[in-house]
Formats: sequence, C-alpha cells, structure tokens
Amino acid sequence: MELFSAQNITKQFSGHKALDHVTIDIPEGSIYGLLGPNGAGKTTFIRIINQIIAPDEGRIFFNGRELQPNDIYQIGYLPEERGLYKKMTVGEQAMYLAQLKGLSRQEAQKRLHRWFEKFEMKAWWNKKIEELSKGMQQKVQFLVTIIHEPRLLIFDEPFSGFDPINANMLRDEILAQRDNGATVIFSTHNMASVEELCDHISLINNSKVILNGPVREIKMTYKTNTFEVTYNNFSGNLHDILPGSFSVIKEWQEHGMNIATIRIPVNGNPNQLLNALVPHVMMHSFTELIPGMNEIFIRAVTEKSPETIQHN
Amino acid sequence: MNKILLIIRREYLTRVRKRSFIIMTILGPLLMAAIVIVPIYLATRGNETKKVSVIDQTGIFYLKFKDSDNIKFHYLLSDIGSAKSEFRKSGDYALLFIPKTDVSIPTNAILYAESNVSINVIGYIRNVMTKTVEDLKLEAKLHDLQLDQKHPLDVGDILRSIKTEIDVNTMKITDEGKEEKSYTELSMILGTFAGILIYFFIFMFGSQVMRGVIEEKTSRIVEVIISSVKPFQLMMGKIIGVGMVGLTQFLLWIILTFGIVTVATSSFIGDKSQKNLTQQNIIEKASKYNPDNLPLPDSAPSRPRQNEGVNQVFEALNSVNYPVMIGAFLFFFIFGYLMYGALFAAIGGAVDSESDTQQFMLPITVPLILSIVMLQFFIQDPTGPVAFWFSVIPLTSPVAMMIRIPFGVPYWQVALSMVLLVLTFIGTTWMAGKIYRTGILMYGKKVSYRELWKWLKY
Repeated sequence: MELFSAQNITKQFSGHKALDHVTIDIPEGSIYGLLGPNGAGKTTFIRIINQIIAPDEGRIFFNGRELQPNDIYQIGYLPEERGLYKKMTVGEQAMYLAQLKGLSRQEAQKRLHRWFEKFEMKAWWNKKIEELSKGMQQKVQFLVTIIHEPRLLIFDEPFSGFDPINANMLRDEILAQRDNGATVIFSTHNMASVEELCDHISLINNSKVILNGPVREIKMTYKTNTFEVTYNNFSGNLHDILPGSFSVIKEWQEHGMNIATIRIPVNGNPNQLLNALVPHVMMHSFTELIPGMNEIFIRAVTEKSPETIQHN
Repeated sequence: MNKILLIIRREYLTRVRKRSFIIMTILGPLLMAAIVIVPIYLATRGNETKKVSVIDQTGIFYLKFKDSDNIKFHYLLSDIGSAKSEFRKSGDYALLFIPKTDVSIPTNAILYAESNVSINVIGYIRNVMTKTVEDLKLEAKLHDLQLDQKHPLDVGDILRSIKTEIDVNTMKITDEGKEEKSYTELSMILGTFAGILIYFFIFMFGSQVMRGVIEEKTSRIVEVIISSVKPFQLMMGKIIGVGMVGLTQFLLWIILTFGIVTVATSSFIGDKSQKNLTQQNIIEKASKYNPDNLPLPDSAPSRPRQNEGVNQVFEALNSVNYPVMIGAFLFFFIFGYLMYGALFAAIGGAVDSESDTQQFMLPITVPLILSIVMLQFFIQDPTGPVAFWFSVIPLTSPVAMMIRIPFGVPYWQVALSMVLLVLTFIGTTWMAGKIYRTGILMYGKKVSYRELWKWLKY
C-alpha cells in the first residue's frame, strides 16, 4: 500500500526542465531514499510534495486520494537549507513552529516538554538559538520537524552538521519514527546511510527517474556474477584450472592467503566455479560480490548520461 | 487565517520587545514635545511689538482687542480700499478687516499682511472674536431663557448652542499691490511635519520588513516555514505585524508627547481649560438673569492669569481639524506603508543580503525622496498642478497629500488619491507576492531586473 504516489510529475522553470515525467510510489512504513546528483531535481520534487511549489503536470496522491492543502499537517519536512530565528528563544521558536503545523497551544506545550525531557534539552528552553552550538540547533530543528507526529517525514541531507554521536542518535530516532508507523523520505548523497537505512530508492538524474525500486532488487540487477574467493596451498595459475568462459579479474595476497575475484558467465552458476577450484586449492571463503549503492549510483548516472557527472 | 495571526503575533512581539523599539518610543516624544514646547516657550518671551490696524465694519469688536506686550491694536475709520493702499507705508504688521455681514453675527475676518502672519497673532484675533461673538450669543440665549423660568439652566446645552467658528483668512499684499491668499505657518508646520512623519514611517518600517525577510532567508528558516504556510501568508503576516508595530509606536508617541507637553506647559502656564472658562462665564452671566436656577458648578476654576502668547499657540493648535488630520494620516500611513511594505518585502525576497539591495531600492526610494524634496513647492502652492499630481500619483501621494491636507484639499482630490493608492496597494502586493514566492527559495544567486520580470510570470 502506497502512502504517497506521484504520477508523471513535470515541472519547468524558465528554460529548463527540473522534473520530467517523474513517477514515484512510496510504500507506507518504508524508508525511501531519494538519490541523485546535485541539480537533478530532488529538491524540486520535495518542494512539490510540501506544496511549496505546484507541478506543471502530473498528479499527486497522499493516503489514497489527491494531495490536499491540509495534508501539510501530516508532513514533516527538514530541508537541506535549514535554520531557525537566531534571536528567538528555543522555547518560543519551537512553540511557534509547532503551532504553525496545526497544534494547539496546550498540545504544543505538552509535547515539547516531553521531547525536551527525552533529549535532555530542558535547560535550553529560554536560551536564544544563537547561544546554542550547531549540533544543538540541529537537535531543535529535528524536534520541530517531528513534533506534530506526521505520517510522512521528509529529510533532506539530515546528517549534515551532526557529529557521529548525534548522527547516531538521529538515525535511531528516524528508525523509531518509522517503527511508530511514519513513512520516511530520505534525500542524501551519503550512500553509506542509504545502504544502512533505506528499503526503497529512486535515483533521479537530469530531471528523470533512472532507477527505481527496492534496494535489494536493484542490487540484484546490478550484480555482475563476480565472486571473491580466499584460498591457499596453490601455486599454479588460476587460468589453467578454470573453464575458458570464466575470467579472473584480480589476484592478490594478504596475510599468507591468496585472494581472487572471478567473474562467471551470465549462464554459469557458482557451483561450477566451486567445482573447478576445490580439487586444486584449499578453500577458505567464497562470497558473491554485491555492488554497493555508491557503485550503483555512479554506474547508473554515468552510463545513462556521462556528461552529467562531468558537469557537477 | 489562524496561521497568519500566528505570524503577525510573532512579528509584532519580537519587535516590540526589542531594546531599540523601547528607546525609539521614548526618544520620539521628547523630540516631538520639543517641537511643540519650544514655539510656546518662545511665544512667551517674544518682545517684538507688532502693530495691527483694525477696520471693524460691524462695530461689535470695537476696543475688544486688547494691547498685549507684543501686539498693539489701533482702530481705523477709513474704508478698506484706502487703508490697503496706505498699509504699505504705515509700517504696520497687519491690517485686520472685519466686513459687515448680512446676518447679524459676523463669522469671518480678513487679515492683510506683507508676509505670513504669525500664528500667535491670528490665534489671538480668532480668540477674541470667538469670545465676543459667543458672549453676544450667550446674552441673547439667556435673554430668551429668562422668559421660560421653569427649566433649570443646562450649561452643556448652552455651550453647544453658542459655539462659534471664526474664519480668519490671511491675504498677502505683495509689492505690486496685488493680493494673494497666504497660508498660515501652522498649516505649513503641520503639513511638513505630517509629510515627514509618513516618509519616515514608511522608510523605517518598510525597511524593517525587508530586513525581516532577508533575515529569514539568511537564517534559512524560510523553507521550514513555507512548508507550513503559504509564502503569501508569511509575507502579509510580516507586513501587517511590522505595520502594527509602527502604529503602536505612533500611538505611544502621541500619548507620551501629549503627556510631556501637558506637564511641561502646565508647569509654566497653569490650568487653562477653555471649557471651564466659558462655563464659568455662563454661570457668571446667568446669575444676573436667574440667580435661583443656577446649577452648582462642577468645579470651581479660578480664572488663572492668562499668558497670551501661550494661549495664542493653543488657540492656533485648537483650530486644526484634528479628526480629518488624524484620519487622513492614518489612511495614508496605513496604505502608503502597505504599498511600500510589499515592495520592500519583494526586494528582501529577491536578494541574499542587505548589501545586494541597493539596485532594487532605487526605484522605491526615488519617489519617496522626491516627494520630500518637492515639499517646498507643495507648501508654496498647495493647490497648484505640481502639488496636485504628486498627491494623486500613488507612489508619492502618501507624503504629498499629507503635506497638502492642512491647507485644505478638495474632497474629490482626496478621494481620487485614496482610490488610486488602494488600487496600487493591491497591484504591488500581487506583484510582490510573486517575486517573494520565487525569491525566498533562491540562494546564492545575484538577481537582475530581467529575472524579476520572469518571476512575475511564473
């Protein structure tokens, strides 16, 4: 079941197309990675979800029906370009933003006090934002993003500006939000965090979606039937014992072990490789090499339009 | 709607609590009080004697004008024509002409002079004439009432029925012996003051709007906020919130100035309430006719020795049509501010920092500054074509019209100016909304006029 669905979204800014028939379906309860190089159109897409700008063409569905102005109360957005009023106190500011998201005064107060306690931020309530460290400001910012308990959370580069400890806390909090039933859209360049958090991704490049689907399936389609084997007690040449259709990509030695990466043909299978090797070598490990998101990202973007990468 | 109120509330409260607001609120009235008090103070000290000759065709005011330290009156019996031709040779300060009227009570006078007549003199003349006429009316009224002994005297009713407005028109006698209508210093002072105040308020609070928008852009909070509210709501909330700060400041200035002036002047002139004087007058006079039916005086004011100079200034100030002045001021302030506020907000949205604002500020500041630069012309010829056009064209009308209002402006011109101003306000707000909406999401980009034009069409 999709919580959010964008169908054929097109958005044109004078002279250039920011989004070109983009279709993205976001399953309820997932953490959805929105990836793409700078200037690909991710931010435009996020702004359209937030109804900051309107698409030229296409339809958007939220919770099974067409997106409505009041749906912003169900959406929490942490923009990449983010900040707070520097001269305002933390408490006033949090109250203000919570009320703008539709909470009543009493409700905002109640929830904020609960969260401030949880994050150990009670002492900050009367401090001005400019008196806080950057990390502390980010915490406040995160808190006001989720204070109205939105069903859809949008994080644009959430980890920038966080130290590893706070980044870890933030990650746990994002997962906790998901476990509580929220759906998360997560836009980032940090492929390690995509790998760690996302179930689904869409890769946007040059205003088009070029890759789309569950992370596991995408990885499967990008795998190249390459295996890494660790062995010893063999002094011959691997080429001599392997069938001619198999290719050895790389061989090296580490801690007295031989390691090699070997690609088998598309119609081959891992057992054929094992059968060829086992009579000759002492096998220690055998792993299929699944490409990381980083590699997939670069391959997808450069294969489809090599000039984009050079421009950015 | 609720959200725009939240925005207005935030904009208002954060500004009103600022130290600079409190300082301005205290300094402003001190300055304005000084503007009021200094002339009064000087009026009490002026020692130059002004000679005024009087031709009173009605005969009512004969010997009513008393010489004071600085004004001496003498009565002429010649006709007005020869008096005017004699006037330049006589070296008199002014020639007061009270023409005979068809109705029994005269209500106007003409004051001829070579230059603008000081408000003290006009104030004193108007004062004396008003009193004399009111006394006459009172006598007549009381005479009537005497025939009807059953009803007790209603002082308030009598006060209303005898209230008299005296017009003192001033005419300038020029070198060529021609006559021109001249305008009193008071209209000049009031017009200039109101015009400058509007100019100042528009600039001060308009640029506060602009700075507020830039602050939201540079602190990068704007995207967080417009994911909850429409950009237009944020813009209007800010403009209205800041405008209310301006009105608050204005109101506090009026109250504080009034307080300071009252305290300062009473310290050197004592209580001189016009109403009490007249009331006392009625009671005194009435006692002659009907001693049994007297109401008890609600207060027993002793008639303080009046300081003529001060009285005259007050008299002049009292002659101003305050409801019109204040009403017009509020209208032109509010709509002038809203119109310019929207433009300032658009500039704030289009730039990244205050240092980038200059190229866009020019078209906004030029009409404003021009209307102040032209002030001299408006005052010299408040009904002329220059004054007319400047006070009708919306970008200059708030300042120019306020300068003209104390001199008296035909209603259709005021109405035209108001309608055009409101229409322009709607137009600029629509335009500003478009520029603002696009601009606030653009970071790190130098924007040109061509770009702004494109944004209007998004």
